[in-house]
Amino acid sequence: MVGYLIAAPTVVAAARFGLVTEQAKAAGLPTVQPVDHYDLSDILTEAALPTMGLLKVTVNPDGSASFDLPRAEVGQGITTACAMTIADEMELPVEKVHVTLADARPELVWNQLTGGSNSMHALYEPLRVAAAVARGQLVQAAADELDVLASQLSVKAGVITAPGGRTLSFADLAQKAAVTKTTAVTPKLKASSAQTVVGSDQRRIDALEAVTGRKQFAMDLQVPNALPTMLCRPPTINGHAVSVQNLADVKAMPGVTDVAIVEHNQFVQGGVAVRAKTFGQCIDAVRALKVTWAPGPVDGKSADDVAADLKKNELPLTPKLPGTTIEEVFTFHFRPGDPLETNCAVADVRSGSAEIWSSLKSPIWAKEQIATSLGIPPDKTTVHVTQGGGSFGRHLFCDAAFEAAWISKQLGKPVKLMWHRTDNFRHGRVHPMTTSRVRITHAGGNVLSFDQRHTCVATDFTQGIGDLLTSMDQSLPKQNSLQFSQTVFMLTANVPYNFGAVTQLLNEIYDFNTFNTSSVRNVYSPNVTTATELMVDRLAQSMGKDPLALRREFVRDDRLAAVLEKAASAGSWGRPMPAGTAQGIAIHKEYKGASACLVEIDCRPATVNRKVRDAYTGPRVTKVTHVVDVGLPINPLGIRAQIMGGIMDGIAQVLSYGLHLEKGAYLEGSWDNAFYTRQWNVPPEVNVIVMPPTTGKAGGVGEFGVGTSMAAVACAYGRATGKTPTSFPINHDGPLGFEPYPTSPPIPQSPTNGLENVS
Amino acid sequence: MATHSFILNGKQVSVDAEDDVRLLWVLRDLLGVTGPKYGCGLSVCKACTSHINGKAFNPCSVPVGDIKPSDEITTIEGLPATVGKDLHPMQQAWLDIDVAQCGYCQPGQIMAAVALVKEAKAAGREITDADLDGIRNVCRCGTYPRIREAIRQGAANMPA
Repeated sequence: MVGYLIAAPTVVAAARFGLVTEQAKAAGLPTVQPVDHYDLSDILTEAALPTMGLLKVTVNPDGSASFDLPRAEVGQGITTACAMTIADEMELPVEKVHVTLADARPELVWNQLTGGSNSMHALYEPLRVAAAVARGQLVQAAADELDVLASQLSVKAGVITAPGGRTLSFADLAQKAAVTKTTAVTPKLKASSAQTVVGSDQRRIDALEAVTGRKQFAMDLQVPNALPTMLCRPPTINGHAVSVQNLADVKAMPGVTDVAIVEHNQFVQGGVAVRAKTFGQCIDAVRALKVTWAPGPVDGKSADDVAADLKKNELPLTPKLPGTTIEEVFTFHFRPGDPLETNCAVADVRSGSAEIWSSLKSPIWAKEQIATSLGIPPDKTTVHVTQGGGSFGRHLFCDAAFEAAWISKQLGKPVKLMWHRTDNFRHGRVHPMTTSRVRITHAGGNVLSFDQRHTCVATDFTQGIGDLLTSMDQSLPKQNSLQFSQTVFMLTANVPYNFGAVTQLLNEIYDFNTFNTSSVRNVYSPNVTTATELMVDRLAQSMGKDPLALRREFVRDDRLAAVLEKAASAGSWGRPMPAGTAQGIAIHKEYKGASACLVEIDCRPATVNRKVRDAYTGPRVTKVTHVVDVGLPINPLGIRAQIMGGIMDGIAQVLSYGLHLEKGAYLEGSWDNAFYTRQWNVPPEVNVIVMPPTTGKAGGVGEFGVGTSMAAVACAYGRATGKTPTSFPINHDGPLGFEPYPTSPPIPQSPTNGLENVS
Repeated sequence: MATHSFILNGKQVSVDAEDDVRLLWVLRDLLGVTGPKYGCGLSVCKACTSHINGKAFNPCSVPVGDIKPSDEITTIEGLPATVGKDLHPMQQAWLDIDVAQCGYCQPGQIMAAVALVKEAKAAGREITDADLDGIRNVCRCGTYPRIREAIRQGAANMPA
C-alpha cells in the first residue's frame, strides 16, 4: 500500500493500490458457482484501481480538506461516506471535509463509473490511504515546527498537540507541510478499533441544503440564456420525426424561440425540439406540433408478443434427474426506472466548444461521445456532474446530455433540456421484460439439482465501463448480449443454497436498442432472487418443511446463515397470523454482503379493497425486518436509509409497479398510472438491522435492499393467498387502474384547477 | 403578456408572463425560485407543493393569471420566515431524522407536511395514521417511513 505526497501549494495526498484478491469461502459443497470466487464488485473495483493514484485529498489553507469525487451522488449517500472516511483517517470533523463531484476526467479511464453499488467498495481503502498520507505529513511538519518526535504528537479535530500542551492546527500547517516534489510514502492507517467516525451514524452532509431547497440540481442552475427546451417525442418507442406540418405556427407561439427536427440515432432519440421562455410554453408548443412520424422498431408489439418471443428463446433445461420435480415459469413485466427528477441536462455548444451539466454516472463516456458526435476537440468539451434527483439505473446513460448537446449545437444556443414526466415513463429506460423458469429436483431429503433459465429483453449495457472504448465495443452487433450481459449475469446471479448441480443461464432477445432499457436498480438480481426464493418456498412445501427451517438447513454461507437467524428472531418468524395474512422470508448475497428480509403482508379483503382516489391500494405489507451484513458498515444510518428505499422498491415491484406495453407504447404516463409505493402502501413497521463489521471490507449498499425485499414480499404474498404468484407486478393482469393519456399529442397538458385543491 | 403581481416569500413581486403560464414556471423559469421542483406538471407527484395564503397547493396546476396581488405564495425558501426562525420546526425534524436521500422531493414533502399539520391543529386534533396514509407526494428514494416519523416530531414542535 503506497501513497503519494503531491507537489502542490498545500498538502495534497493520493493513494496507489495493487490488485487485490479476495478468496470467497465455499462452505459446504456441493454447490459452487463462479460468483463465489469473483463477482461484479471485484471486476469494477479492479477496473478502477490502476488510476486510484490520480485521486487527491487536498488540505486547504483554512485547515479543511477537499475531495473531488469522481462518482455521481444521486441520493445513495457516497459523498457523506467519503467525507466520513477522510475525516476519520485525518482526524478532522466531518463538516470540515468538502466533497464535490468531479467533472469528467478521461484520464481516470474506468474509475469514474458509478454503478454496481461499487463506489465505497472501490474507494474506501484508497481514500483512507490518501487521508493518512496527508495526516502523516501534517504531523511530521508539526514535529519539525515544534521540535519534537512525530510519535509524541496527538491529533484531534484538526489540531495537533505536543506534550506540554503546545498546539498547531491543520490550517497552521497546510502550506508549511506542502512538498515541492511528488514523493512516495507508506502511510500508517488507523487501527479499525481507533476509528470513531467510520461505523457511526452520520447524517447526510447535504441534508441542510436539501431541506431548505438550496440543493441545486441540473434544472436549478442559472446558465445564461440556457432557455427551457423539450422534445416532442413519437407516439411509439424509438419512432422518429419525418416532417412538421405547422413549424411556422408553432414558432410564432408565445415565448417560443426555436423549433427544429432532431434526427434519431443511437445516442439521441430525437423528435422535434422546442425552446421557449418557460417550460410551460414548451409544453404548449410540443402539444401543438403536427408531426409526421416514422415507425419505431416495436410498433405493433404488445406484452403478449414479447412474452411469445421470450418463450421461443428460452434455453433448454438440463436432463431430468430421478426424484420429485417442481417447476414454474415466472413473468416479470417491463417496469420503469424513473427517478423523480426526469432526464435533464444543460448544454452550451457554440463556436467549437461544449459545456454540459447533468447528473451523469458515466461522464467520461459523455464527454468523449459528445466530442466525437459533435466534432469538437475533447479538450474543448467540459462535462460537469450535477447532484442527481435519484437514478435507479437511469443515469448510467447520458440520454439528456447527448440530446441537450446535440440540440444546442443545432440551434447554436444554450439549452436547458428536460424530459416531461410522461416521456420519462414512455420513452425512458426501463427494466426489461423477463421470464424465469426454475426447476428443482429433490430426492431422499436432498436437493439434486436447481435449474434457472432467465430469458430477457436485452439490457442495454452500451455505457460500457463508462468510457468511449467499451461503449463502442458493446455497440457492435451482438456484443452487448454476448459480452456484458452474460458477464454481469454470471457475476451476480447465485443460488445461496447447497442445491447440488446448479445451472443459471441467461438468454436475451432483440438488439440492445430495440427497447430503451438499462441496468435498473439491482439489474438481474430482483427477478433472479424472487423466482429462486418463491421456488424455495415451494420446495419447502414439497419436502414438508417450514420455509425458515429449509433455508437454515441448506444455506451455504455463514454470513447468510447469521442474517437469516437475526431476521427470524427479530421479526418473530412463525408467530401466529390471522388467515389472509402471512410472513415471507428471503435471503440474498451480492455486493460482498449478505441480507435477509422477513415480511408480513395483509391480503384480506378489507385491506385489499381500501379506496384511495387514482391509486392502487391492494395488499399491504404491514411489517418488514431487513437484516444486512455489508462487511464493513461505514455509515449505518445511511445504510438503513438505502435498505429502506430498497424495501419500498421491492414492495412496488411485486405488487404494483410495472408498465403495460401495448402496440409499441407503454400506457403509463404519470405516477398515478405507474404505481410506485405511496404512503398508503407503506408498511407501518420497518426495521432495518445493520450487522456489526464482519469482513472489514466495505460492500455495496445502494441496490442491495431491492432483490431480497422483493423476494420476501412475493413469498409472503404466496403464503397469505395460498397461491404462488407467477406474474409481476401482480396487478398487471388485472383491470387497468387508470385512463391512459393519449400518445398524440405525446404529453398531457398541465391542469388549471390547482386553486380548487388547496388544503 | 401581462404583468402579474403577488407576494412571494413575504415580498411583493411583479413578473411579465402570459396569463396561462402555470405558476411553477413563473417561479422557476422567470423568477429563479427553484425550491419547488418539477416532477410531473400534472398535480400528481406533488414535488412542487408550496403554500398559497398558508395552505398547500401545486403551482404546476395554477395559471399565473389566477393569482391575485394580495395572494401570499410561500415556497420552501420562505418557510422559515413564517415562524421567524432560520429553520421551521418541520425542517429541523427532517434534519434530526435525516429524512432526505436525493432530496429532490423533500421541499414539496416538507411543505405538504406543514400544511397537513396546520390543518389538523386547526381542527384541534393530532396527526393520525390515516392523515399520513393520505399524503400523495411521491418519494422515489422511498424515504416514506422517515417522512412519517419526521412529521410527528415536527408537529410536536409546531405552534398550535
